[in-house]
Amino acid sequence: MTAMPMTPTLAETVSRRFRKRRLWSMAIPLGVLAYLAYAAVAFDLTGLASRARLDNAAILLGDFWSYKVHVGQDNRSGALTVAVEGEAKGTYPAGTRPDWMTAAAGETRIDLGGGHLVTYGDKRASYDVPGYGTIHVALEAGKVTLDAPQPLPDWINASDARISVTTDHGRFAFTRSKIETFRYFPGWELFFFTLDSPFSGKSPGDLVALALWEERVDPARSNIAGMIHDIWTNKMWRHGDVVWALFETLLMAFLGTFAAALISLPLAFLAAANVMPLRGLRFAARRVFDFLRGIDALIWTIVLARAFGPGPMTGALAILISDTGTFGKTFSEAVENVDEKQMEGVRATGANAAQRARFGILPQIAPVLLSQVLYMLESNTRSATVIGAIVGGGIGLMLTQAISTQKDWEEVAYYLVLIVGMVMAMDSLSGWLRRKLIKGE
Amino acid sequence: MVDVSFGPSPDPRPSGLPGGNHAYLALMRRRRVYGGILMMLFVLVMAAGWRLAEERNAGDFLTGLHRLDDFPGEVLAEAWAKRANLPGLMWDHVPSLIETLNIAAVSTLLGALVAGALALLSTRGLARWPRLTVLFRRAQDAARAIPEIVVALVLIYILGGGPVPAVLAIALHTAGALGKLFSEAAENADLRPVEGLASVGAGWVQRMWLAVLPQVAPNWSSYALLRFEINVRASAILGFVGSGGIGYDLKLAMQWGGGKYDQVVAIFLLLFAAIVLIDRLSDAARRRLVKGA
Repeated sequence: MTAMPMTPTLAETVSRRFRKRRLWSMAIPLGVLAYLAYAAVAFDLTGLASRARLDNAAILLGDFWSYKVHVGQDNRSGALTVAVEGEAKGTYPAGTRPDWMTAAAGETRIDLGGGHLVTYGDKRASYDVPGYGTIHVALEAGKVTLDAPQPLPDWINASDARISVTTDHGRFAFTRSKIETFRYFPGWELFFFTLDSPFSGKSPGDLVALALWEERVDPARSNIAGMIHDIWTNKMWRHGDVVWALFETLLMAFLGTFAAALISLPLAFLAAANVMPLRGLRFAARRVFDFLRGIDALIWTIVLARAFGPGPMTGALAILISDTGTFGKTFSEAVENVDEKQMEGVRATGANAAQRARFGILPQIAPVLLSQVLYMLESNTRSATVIGAIVGGGIGLMLTQAISTQKDWEEVAYYLVLIVGMVMAMDSLSGWLRRKLIKGE
Repeated sequence: MVDVSFGPSPDPRPSGLPGGNHAYLALMRRRRVYGGILMMLFVLVMAAGWRLAEERNAGDFLTGLHRLDDFPGEVLAEAWAKRANLPGLMWDHVPSLIETLNIAAVSTLLGALVAGALALLSTRGLARWPRLTVLFRRAQDAARAIPEIVVALVLIYILGGGPVPAVLAIALHTAGALGKLFSEAAENADLRPVEGLASVGAGWVQRMWLAVLPQVAPNWSSYALLRFEINVRASAILGFVGSGGIGYDLKLAMQWGGGKYDQVVAIFLLLFAAIVLIDRLSDAARRRLVKGA
């Protein structure tokens, strides 16, 4: 009963604490919201809406899953070119045409599918749109003239210099200098064979037959060798270069991580309090690790790139230097956390310092070290992509180049898929190795 | 002083292994041989790898080694000559630093919010839809796998330059990275409060909010703070590829080359000081959160 006088104060404290807690649990979300509101103003979100280029997003998404074939006619020379994505390396060789168009003297007919039909003549063209009518466009006295059923729908864009028609079957544009029609197809164009390859446009069944038992297309080489060669040297997708770039990225991560682990292992002993009796040396080793780690990998990359030039070795060295700092710290912590009994046991047999480290400490820390190294290997695969973009090597460079051209978005999509696949593969590989080597499953 | 445990006879120590010592020694020998072969293979692969990397590099190692300190030397020499400018230049770049820190903070907050939801949805025993846990886990894996720089570059194309592409890019990666850690922390949460709330008819959101979040809050905040440290660096790097903040200033100054090296050093010092300060503060805060002091 002695506690009786305490009860009211206890109840008071409890309810006061509850009130305080409730206040906090309200204040934190409110604070977060207020901060986000401030950030929205600071980042000029309203201005962003006007700056955002949603048409770019549409182009990007379209390119991710489809490609287009350009059929162009020069209004001065009358020359006709058919090219995939309008690129020189995707141009149909003279005399070959896709089967959805016919070109006779003075008249070219392009079938866009679904009844949409475009006809080119001499400095004039017409477009049959089912359910709307025929659009006639011509170049007369230096002006582009339009004759189409009125009123003009908003998918026809007309001025004196340019008429463009956009339907869900393709796009048609007429300017003073040329007539152009785009027909869209799903998929990535010429992924395996470019148009100059004899295997281009064949069905998978035909390709298997060609590879296994049919006559040689080119008597100088077997069909399989020819196919591999044509895929490897594909000018549109550069599969050979891409494989090399992926390999370079992995190489940078592998070399950097393992070399850093090898270098920092002995250094970690210098920084561990239970092994290194000299305070000064220990302090110096730790500050070296802090310095290597503190300066960002980005700075190391820039400094190293000035000295060694661009390339995978520079990237690997940048990873090596910043990871030596990381490993030095974590390894020395692992050394400090070992069980002293085993050290004493080894010391009792008269072992010297190196033997004590080898038989007393190393077996204890090996699993921790290995796990950290494998984890960093996975994380460095990602860093190597970024470092590659700066230092000029690997898949990161190819990706940034593809992005900076701002038109080969299907290649950007391809590289993205490859990078994500590579990182996820390294993630599972390092997880599998960790389980296998450390837990012994 | 006779070693009585092995009996009076001076026989060798009995062994538990069927073949006696021989089998054990043979095992050790075999392990040593395998270890040696593995070691040699590893050394060979490393040597070949470095050779290959050097061949594919623009400059080779030994000539580069002499030039290693040229660039830092040049930069530091110029900055030292103009050292009177440094404090002023550092002050000039404080707004950019604040932008970089804001990018890191906002992306950590957004990423942590998404990660929290994803983590609860993908934790066994807590998931709202137990069958979809695999889906949410894969989503986290994919978000983690895409490097921030890639997302940022694509978003810069659509949204134009500025901090927002960087925020979205870092937030996406943060959601993936934190989601995994959050989910591991949530797995260890005590399920009894959840059951108690369920028995009084609480919905899923109420159960998570009132029973799980109070348990995991210290761990989650600690992880989020650690991520904030990482994101400060990431946002500085993303600035370097074209979205705002101090990284962009650094890039401009570096591209200018000689003559603006004092600015390079000023920006670098500012960034370095900010990173060290944030690391220290967040270290202390995390220790308090986890140890509950």
